[in-house]
Amino acid sequence: MDFAELSLYSQAVLLLAGLIALTSFLMLGQSRLVRLVLVFAIQGILLAATTAMVAGVLDFPHLYISAGLSFLLKGILIPVMLHRMIYRLGLHRELDTIEHPARVMMGGAFLVVFSYYVSLPVVAHSPLVTLNAIAVSLAVVLLGMLLMITRRQAVAHVVGFMSIENGLFFAAVVSTYGMPMVVELGVAADVLVAAVVFGVFFFQIRESIDSLDVDRLSKLTEVDKP
Amino acid sequence: MAWLMAILQTLLFIALAPLLSGWIKRVKCRLQNRKAPSLFQPYRDLRKLYRKQPIVPHPASWIFRAAPYIVFASTVLAAATVPLAAIHLPTARIADVIVLVGFFALGRMFLVLAGMDVGTAFGGMGSSREMTISSLAEPAMLMAVFTLAMSAHTTNLSQAVNFVLDTGLVLRPSFVFALGGLMLVAIAETGRIPVDNPATHLELTMIHEAMILEYSGRWLALIEWASQIKLMLYGVLIANIFFPWGIAQTFTVNALALGLGVITLKLAVLAVMLAVSEVLFAKMRIFRVQEYLSFAYLLSVLGMLSHIILEAAR
Repeated sequence: MDFAELSLYSQAVLLLAGLIALTSFLMLGQSRLVRLVLVFAIQGILLAATTAMVAGVLDFPHLYISAGLSFLLKGILIPVMLHRMIYRLGLHRELDTIEHPARVMMGGAFLVVFSYYVSLPVVAHSPLVTLNAIAVSLAVVLLGMLLMITRRQAVAHVVGFMSIENGLFFAAVVSTYGMPMVVELGVAADVLVAAVVFGVFFFQIRESIDSLDVDRLSKLTEVDKP
Repeated sequence: MAWLMAILQTLLFIALAPLLSGWIKRVKCRLQNRKAPSLFQPYRDLRKLYRKQPIVPHPASWIFRAAPYIVFASTVLAAATVPLAAIHLPTARIADVIVLVGFFALGRMFLVLAGMDVGTAFGGMGSSREMTISSLAEPAMLMAVFTLAMSAHTTNLSQAVNFVLDTGLVLRPSFVFALGGLMLVAIAETGRIPVDNPATHLELTMIHEAMILEYSGRWLALIEWASQIKLMLYGVLIANIFFPWGIAQTFTVNALALGLGVITLKLAVLAVMLAVSEVLFAKMRIFRVQEYLSFAYLLSVLGMLSHIILEAAR
């Protein structure tokens, strides 16, 4: 079936998938932590919108619950928590410099192509129309990992980790139209707990090395060797 | 008859371009709580410049004298290939989007040469900046164009517009990304605010104005007119490719009148958007333009990827 023959709802789901991939790229290029968290919140809201739209198309009322849940958790609660934490740690003015931003971006584009290649056989064996987006969800997972690799700040690592979770949730929504409710609730609770635990960890890390720069964790001495 | 229409449309392009920039200036003035000049002020400026005698610097060669005509002519030729109020014009059979980009490149090359020709520091600086920006903007633009071409199976503008009209409202992710990329490129290429400031002659950060600093009289008028046409070209390109509804497909009086009215309305709306963005954003440092343009390129690449990934036929 050609793209133009799909219903407008399916087209809108695929469009939102594209926008979610865009937010992942924006996070990759964002050096200010406050804006990074803002883009993460936008990704959460887009994810919730996609879920709600899938729920509307397929008439799966339980997906509305998970849409509302992800809107509340990933769109509002966790970003607000991270935002407050950034201010309390005094990191809101700090620039997390990205080394070789152009190379990181090219790597991101390569990851998208790679995940498309990997998901081709999966897509070929299923009649679901929204399954084209599974490559995007895999790409969101990989881009989250790339974000964690390229950054030094612990807060950016947490945002990358949460966006990996976003990618997995998105994969569940577009490929199997949501996980069972129990699993979804469990994952949501886990993410919330993770956010709280990470908050405690931030303070622990800062107390022990007086910074949130993760690269300094691998050093054994306090002073740099000449 | 069709050729007459094509010539008429090109003339309309040339005639209406100053009006568009007058409209942008007016909206911007209103937004900044200033008293706005008349809508026809750009025409008066052009007339004033045209009457004045051009002054040629001593070290100038023939390039300096020829450049304004080449710039103007290449912009007019570019305008001839873009459908304004009607499609299926005979000019569409001659040139496609890649030729259009080529016309832009030709005009730009001579402008850059003319900037360096006199040998002043400002001219060389402006030329080198212009080349830096255009070498980053052109791949982004071509990538956006190729994204469209993959959906429409043609690089011909007239046929692409026809394709979009035929398929009706389709929410293509690739078109959304290409639209974003093309808008960013258009702002950079026409020298509008986050990249260059069109309203100043006296800044070390200027690009376009630095190249044409030595020009005066009717040559300056030709160059300014060409840049106004270029601005309108990009506006028409964006309006007609992504929102082509209302454009005339037959050469009846009603269809043409409707097409003209609709494109005027679309351009007016686009101009308001441009003015609002110019009021909201400050000009960025010249070294950050590269980041801005690589974002445009990223959008275009994502458009291409999402065409392949998300819009694959099932």
